[in-house]
Amino acid sequence: MKDKDYSRLFAEFEGVEADLIPVLVRIQERDGYISEEAVRRVSRFLRLSENQIYGVASFYPKFRFTEPGKKSIKVCMGTACHVRGGLFLSEAVGWQLGVGIGQTTADKRFDFQRAGCLGCCTLAPVVMVNEDVHSRMSVIRLKEILEKDD
Amino acid sequence: MISFETRREKARRKWDQLEHSKAPVIYIGSATCGRSAGALKVLQAVKETLKEHKLNAKIVQVGCIGPCYMEPLMDIRLADSPRICYANVNPQRARKIIESYLLKGNPLPELAVGHFGENGHPVTEGIPRFFEIPMLQPQVRLVLRNCGMIDPEDIDHYLANDGYQGLLDVLSQKPEEVIEIVKEAGLRGRGGAGFPTYRKWEICRSVPGDQKYMICNVSEGDPGAFMNRALIEGDPHCVLEGLMIASYAIGASHGYVYINSDYHLAIQRLRQAAEQMREYGLLGENILGTGFDFELTIKEGAGAFVCGEETALIGSVEGRRGMPRSRPPFPAVEGLFGKPTIINNVETLGTLPNIIRNGAAWYRGYGVKGNYGTKTFSLVGSVRRGGLIEVPLGTKLRRIIYDIGGGSWKPFKGVQTGGPSGGCLSEESLDIPVEYESMQAAGSIMGSGGMIIMDEDTCVVDLALYFLNFTQKESCGKCSPCRVGTWHMVTILDRIARGESDADDLAKLQTLAETAARASLCGLGQTAPNPVLTTLRHFRAEYLSHVQDKYCRAAVCRELVEYDIDPEKCNGCQRCIEICPTEAISGAKSELHRIDQLRCIKCKACYEVCRYDPLASDAIVIRSRRRAS
Repeated sequence: MKDKDYSRLFAEFEGVEADLIPVLVRIQERDGYISEEAVRRVSRFLRLSENQIYGVASFYPKFRFTEPGKKSIKVCMGTACHVRGGLFLSEAVGWQLGVGIGQTTADKRFDFQRAGCLGCCTLAPVVMVNEDVHSRMSVIRLKEILEKDD
Repeated sequence: MISFETRREKARRKWDQLEHSKAPVIYIGSATCGRSAGALKVLQAVKETLKEHKLNAKIVQVGCIGPCYMEPLMDIRLADSPRICYANVNPQRARKIIESYLLKGNPLPELAVGHFGENGHPVTEGIPRFFEIPMLQPQVRLVLRNCGMIDPEDIDHYLANDGYQGLLDVLSQKPEEVIEIVKEAGLRGRGGAGFPTYRKWEICRSVPGDQKYMICNVSEGDPGAFMNRALIEGDPHCVLEGLMIASYAIGASHGYVYINSDYHLAIQRLRQAAEQMREYGLLGENILGTGFDFELTIKEGAGAFVCGEETALIGSVEGRRGMPRSRPPFPAVEGLFGKPTIINNVETLGTLPNIIRNGAAWYRGYGVKGNYGTKTFSLVGSVRRGGLIEVPLGTKLRRIIYDIGGGSWKPFKGVQTGGPSGGCLSEESLDIPVEYESMQAAGSIMGSGGMIIMDEDTCVVDLALYFLNFTQKESCGKCSPCRVGTWHMVTILDRIARGESDADDLAKLQTLAETAARASLCGLGQTAPNPVLTTLRHFRAEYLSHVQDKYCRAAVCRELVEYDIDPEKCNGCQRCIEICPTEAISGAKSELHRIDQLRCIKCKACYEVCRYDPLASDAIVIRSRRRAS
């Protein structure tokens, strides 16, 4: 990312400590993760130490520090999804892709995460692929989605 | 500058025009739940169909009306006819309905679920009134009155439906009078604890200081709850109006909406709503010429469950780790940036405009003594008619689950309320009314409104383990009863679920749970043992069968089940062999297949294929066997 990408992003904010979480959210939306460089830039912008930024960012499960894959698979781990078999889906993804939670496949095509609750509980169990929510999933339908090439 | 009155007149005319439009109006429920069910594809299909037939119709995107199991929903209103609602619409069906109703005048009653007008109109023959269908009939919609009815992205729709009238009324009164009305109405915090709203406000009001803050809590970290998101997506202005009313009452001039950053659509709608308010002179300095100044900040949080706790939430807004601190001082005295701060739940704030507009006596007409008004719930899990509902307090659980929800798919086992802080209630508790005190007496809590129905396929040990795993991960780590206590509870529960427990594990679990509940610093730790304590109380037999017989009746706990093939049913289709990730199944085509128990990882893939694949014959069974310990 270039200087101007950061200055454009920072322009929305006042530059006070309270902006830290929204700034990190915006960076993760843009890059998909919080890179070391991003932390350095934010540190200079908000006048907070890098340690403090890592301290805050690592507290919240939302933030990730490794590069995501092209497709982000998030399996919902909410209660309704759990009751209707979310755990099985999550394991099936692991088996299918050969990666653990929070990891990215070697070819960078997929990364695999668990999500708290996506709030579509009546359509449980759900899996989110990038921004699309797939409802009433099964292990088989999941396999179809993962094998679909695009 | 255009006056507020003029704007409202204009908004009313605009609404009237829509209500009495000569052109057909098509409403599509496109909140997050509708979208994930495919509402945007339906929208696309509607547009194409209209274009193809050169039809002129207005399309309005509305919020969620509640019955999520019917999503996506599409309503159509022709001139001089009531609005008719269609459920489970897909692109093909949308096309069929439009072609039939708009072109030929046949509303296809067999596809319609309800209409919004009075009975007796010729086109509604054979269609019930929407609010009289079984799921809606027992409900009372006060907070949700606009959800699904108005366009949430248009402030004029809100204005035309008495929007901002409450704020207008309040600004002509003294703040103390406003607090008095809320006190009389008996409104209690809808976040779950049920603390009287007015009392919090009074404390904050009486603390000296020029700068005070009002925060609306949309952190909604409970898994299985989505009431707050749905309300904001369906009617953002009602929450913002409530926020302003509360701010005026406590003397705050700056309000925050703290919202989970995963709620993209809700954030977008709030931002848009704030812009429109500014344009209409409802934000900024000297609002409507009354001398009241108000600024609004929408703050995105990073979604941690503990941030539902007031002091943790404040930490998160300030840009720190969301860790609670010990109280006092309470936030009402020393909160955000060290200033007096009130934090109210979305639903509490969303109720305020109604109370102010209609008066305290009107509000007390709903609910029962001490528990006035209504409460929204997200009714989910193994229930036939799931969705977002609103009922008066004092309604019996049985009525909610059976009359509104239609009961569970398989025989009913229990209901879980209040999320990870709440508890599980069994069949015997179904006749208790939904009130703050009675729910607590039964061992659960009202909570923010998650209500998860369990049937015989749910194992309570597994559910307790699930919740404890959740709170253990979300525990911020500051105090040891919570950090260490939850970890040990998870370990014991895991042992029970694996069938490796011994007789005194249940007693240990009970002691541990009671200690963590008493000794933890904040609400998270104090309530984290609730799922364990309530399941131990209401479902002890199930724990005992896990401990003594190593038997899981629901066949959920993985170490206690095995996968088998029913030789009577298996037709040798080899579908399970293709899908098995560990090559545990073998067998030739058209011959009985066999599962190698040592290789089987119990991933359920074969089970699903066998049940749902057209070639397969539902031969795979998952069963748990009693074993003597």
